[in-house]
This record gives sequence, structure tokens and C-alpha cells, in this order.
Amino acid sequence: MTETITDQAARTEFHPRWYRERVSTWWWLGEWHYLKFILRELSSISVAWFVGLTLFQLRALSHGPETYARFTDRLQSPVMLALNAIAFCFVLFHAITWFNLAPRAMPVRMGGKRVPEFLVAAPNYALWIVVSAFVGWLLLRTP
Amino acid sequence: MIEQSTTKPSNEAFFWLLFSAGGVVAAILIPIQLFLFGLAFPLGWLPQPSYEHLMTLVRSPLVRLYLFVMCALPLFHCAHRFRFTLYDGLQVKHLNEVIFAFCYGGALLGTVLAGYLLWRI
Repeated sequence: MTETITDQAARTEFHPRWYRERVSTWWWLGEWHYLKFILRELSSISVAWFVGLTLFQLRALSHGPETYARFTDRLQSPVMLALNAIAFCFVLFHAITWFNLAPRAMPVRMGGKRVPEFLVAAPNYALWIVVSAFVGWLLLRTP
Repeated sequence: MIEQSTTKPSNEAFFWLLFSAGGVVAAILIPIQLFLFGLAFPLGWLPQPSYEHLMTLVRSPLVRLYLFVMCALPLFHCAHRFRFTLYDGLQVKHLNEVIFAFCYGGALLGTVLAGYLLWRI
């Protein structure tokens, strides 16, 4: 599929128009690295889903105990459980790739040598565990 | 209007900052929250916190700030990521402005909504 892009005569921000080979819309399906990239990008939908859910939860909370009970009942439906399970996988994927990215974005050097990547990523994981434990404790402790 | 060219300074850095801040918040806070409220409580793995307990938590200013940050920053993170998914993944660069407005408009709307709900609760 080699053709120059000449279908748009109007000048846009992308001019001058270089010769470019057209890439298939499904370019990311062929290789695991590309697929991983797109999956990571798609994790943003799960994050948005979670924020939406939280907004509904806050709304239900503000409407009183009955509305909130209805909200929690709805979360028990198989559809919601399935959606949340998928979203959870994506969010985990985001978290892990994000933590592992930190040493690449900010290489740390000590004594002229580059600190191994896992050592730079380790504090991220430590913080993650501490924060998660704290949130869990806050929600589960009996007042 | 077209806001970018190769020579003019752009505000891309600002959006990138929001993106990375949101990425950190999303990575650290969302997995546990989603696990508890989306799976562990509905499936009965862990006891559901009572309405009263949640209300006392939500009424404290610190928790409100926490929840606001947990909603707002990840939304801008999403907006940024989703924008580039549409650009690169589906190659719909010609819809540049529409996508921009849709993504960041949505994030802004969600942020305002979160602020409003947390203010009123």
C-alpha cells in the first residue's frame, strides 16, 4: 500500500506534505510490543470508568442510606462485576507499567554508575503497598 | 483554531504535566479502591463498610481532598492518553480539535462534578 497523501488539497497544520506511506489502522495488532502499547493506552478508559463509578457512589452517598444500598446492590450484578474485573486488570496493568517506567524516564546515577532499574522502581512499589494498606485499613476498621 | 506549529511554543507541556501527575495518582490510588469497591465488597470477600462509616470518612476535609485529587488528576491523565490513542491508534488526526475538546472537556466536566458532589455531601 504505497501511495502519496494527496486527497486533501487544503493546507492544514501538517503541511508541507511529505511523502508518507500510509499505515494500516490496525498496525498495532501484529506485534506484541505494539499491542502492549495500545493496551496501556486503553487502560485510560478503565481509569475513566472508575472515576465515573466514584462520582455515582458519591451521589448515592449524598442521597441517603437507601440510595446507597441500591448502589451497592447494583455493583453485585454480574455485568458490573465483570466490568469491574476487566477494569481492575487494566488499572493494574497501568500501575505496573507506570512504576516500571519511572527509572527509564529518570535514570539515577550513583558514583558514575547507573542504579539498576528495579532499585529505582522499588520505592514506587513500596509507596503503592503502604498507601493501599492505609486505604484498606481506613475503610475496614470498625469505628 | 490551530494552536500548534513547529516554531511557536505550545501548551503541550502543561497537559503533559497533568498527564503524568494523573498517572501517578491513578497508579497508586485506583487499584486498591477499585479492588475493594468493585470486587471485594460486592463479592463478600471483605465486609462492606457501613453507610455511616463512609459518611464520617467523606465528611472529613482530608478525605474530600483525597477523593477530589483521585477524581480530577486521573481524568486529565485519561484525556491525554485517550487523545493520543485516537490520534495514533485510529489515525484520526484530521479531527484534532474535536478530539481535544471532547477529551479535555470531559475531564473538566468530571472535575467540576466531583468538586460539586464533594462540596455538597
